[in-house]
Order: sequence, then C-alpha cells, then structure tokens
Amino acid sequence: MVTNQAGLKRNGVQDFVTLRATAFIMTAFSLYMAWFFISTPTVTFEIWQGLFASTGMKVFTAAALVSIMFHVQIGLWQVLTDYIKPVRLRAVMQYVLNIIAFAYMAYGLFVLWGV
Amino acid sequence: MKVFQNFDVLKQSLIKVLQVTVVKKQRPVNLQLNTISFPPSAIASILHRISGVGMFVAMVFIIWAWATALNSSEGFDLVREVMGGIIGKIITIGTISLLIYHVIVGIRHVIMDMGHWEELKAGNTSAIVSFILWAVSTLVVGVVLW
Ligand code: HEM
Ligand code: HEM
Repeated sequence: MVTNQAGLKRNGVQDFVTLRATAFIMTAFSLYMAWFFISTPTVTFEIWQGLFASTGMKVFTAAALVSIMFHVQIGLWQVLTDYIKPVRLRAVMQYVLNIIAFAYMAYGLFVLWGV
Repeated sequence: MKVFQNFDVLKQSLIKVLQVTVVKKQRPVNLQLNTISFPPSAIASILHRISGVGMFVAMVFIIWAWATALNSSEGFDLVREVMGGIIGKIITIGTISLLIYHVIVGIRHVIMDMGHWEELKAGNTSAIVSFILWAVSTLVVGVVLW
C-alpha cells in the first residue's frame, strides 16, 4: 500500500486539474485588473470602489479569492512535500499555511461584501 | 533445471551484494554545486517555485492594500501614499514582477503538459524566451510605476 503522506491525503489528478483551473481564473482576473489600471487615467477612491460594487465584479473577485486559496493549498503542499521530510512537522506547517490561505480568502470576501 | 536454480541463487546474492555495497554504502553524493550545471529549463522551474512562494508571502501586502483602499477614502489615500514611497514602490513592482514571471512560466508549464516543447532544445529555448518576456515586462512596469 502507498503510505499516506502525513495523513494529508490528496488526489493527484484532482490536484492537477484544480491547480490549472484556478490558474486560469487568476490569470483572467490579473489581466482584467491590469487593463483597469492601464485604461483608467487616474484611479480615485470612487472609481476604485465603483469597480468592485457591481455584482459581476463581486463574483469575479470572489472566484479569484477562492481560486487563490485552493491554488496555494495545492502549490504549497507540493513544495512542503519536497523539502520537509519529518512527517509531523510537515503536517503542522501545512495546517498553519492552509489556515492562513483560508483567512486571506475569508477576509477578502468579508471586505468585498461590505462594498 | 538445477543449473537455472543455481543461477537464480547466484543472481539473488549478487543483487544483495550490490545493494549493500553500492546502494547502501558507497552511494555517491554530489554536493559540489559548481560541478552541477543548471540548464535554463531547470532555472525556470526553480524560479517558478520561488515566485509562487514569494507571492504567497506578498499576499499579506496585496490583500492589505486592496482592502484598505476599498474600505474608506482615508484608507485609499493611505495606500496611495504608501505605494508612492520607496519601500511601497519596491514591494509593488516586486510583487507584480513575481506575478508576471509566475504566469509566463505557468503558461509554459501548461503548454508542456499538453506535450509541446518537451525536447531538450525546445525546453531551453522556451525557458530563455520566458526570461526575456519577463525582463521586458518587468522593466516596463518598473518604469511606469517608479
Ligand atoms: C494587486 C494589486 C495591484 C496591482 C497588480 C496594481 C497594478 C498597477 C499597475 C500595473 C499600474 C500601472 C498602470 C498605469 O499607470 O497605467 C498601477 C497604477 C496605479 N495603481 Fe495599482 N495595482 C494594485 C493595487 C492598487 C491599489 C490597491 C491601489 C489603490 C490605492 C492602486 C493605485 C494605483 C494608482 C493610483 C496607480 C496610478 C494610475 C495612474 O496614474 O494612471 N493600485 N497599478
Ligand atoms: C496569488 C497568486 C499565486 C500564488 C501565490 C501561486 C503559488 C503557487 C505555488 C506555491 C505553486 C507550487 C510551485 C511548485 O510546486 O513548484 C504554484 C504552482 C503553479 N502555479 Fe501558481 N500561484 C499563483 C498564481 C498563478 C497563476 C495566475 C497562474 C497562471 C498561469 C499559476 C500557474 C501555476 C501552475 C501551472 C503551477 C504548477 C506548477 C507545477 O506543477 O510545478 N499560478 N503556484
């Protein structure tokens, strides 16, 4: 039987697809933001808030935030699995990093809803 | 048949000897970094990892700036002021540069997943092209934002 690495069970195929699907969403979001900054002569508070006030942009931003969380959880798992050999230490580090990733997303959604 | 059985025993003991002497005892360890060469594709790969981890660290700045600028007019002015300072500019340009690199090499990675540019030469060429694209776009962003 394959030993389950640190009890952090992952499905390779699912991770592969998720990593790339989230990468696509984040790339689209980055390009849109870049376009916003390039096409807006002067970014003011009103314009900045107005950007995230529409429902479409809220959904887009929320999708990007959720994507970052999943992408980073898988990506950092790959990195930790390569470099951190003690199983318990790796489990603890993964746990902490996952919580940070979740906190970013939760805080982002919280702010987004307040706009 | 006996011959074959003996042969099998011989083979097994040979493997044992090999395992003990070669695999377990005398496995060569090459830690002399100057004797290992790093082709462009290997550099592209490790920098992709570094840029990914770097962005995870930079997330705290990105989320802070984005949320603070969104929460209030005062916050927006603060972020603008901070982004106009020298540290702010370095963090901003650095973060954008990491993102550009990660996306360019990430797209190269996905193209290679689909079976293209997998030969040694094509892999190194696409890595060098990625470096050039990254350098040029970072330069443009750097000049515009500084
Ligand atoms: C992930 C976060 C961000 C990225 C990737 C980003 C990227 C950029 C880029 C590429 C430009 C250059 C565009 C241009 O000058 O034509 C720019 C300009 C600018 N950014 Fe950001 N930015 C980010 C966050 C922010 C935030 C949160 C603010 C708000 C306080 C902000 C305020 C500005 C301003 C005022 C300019 C100058 C625009 C101009 O003068 O045309 N940026 N940003
Ligand atoms: C906040 C943004 C992002 C962060 C923090 C991030 C972080 C990471 C990390 C830590 C890894 C693992 C690296 C490794 O295993 O060597 C990774 C892998 C990857 N990232 Fe990102 N990433 C981000 C955005 C993106 C974007 C926008 C793309 C779009 C092209 C992308 C494409 C990829 C790909 C294709 C991989 C897989 C590489 C592999 O399997 O070795 N990432 N990312």
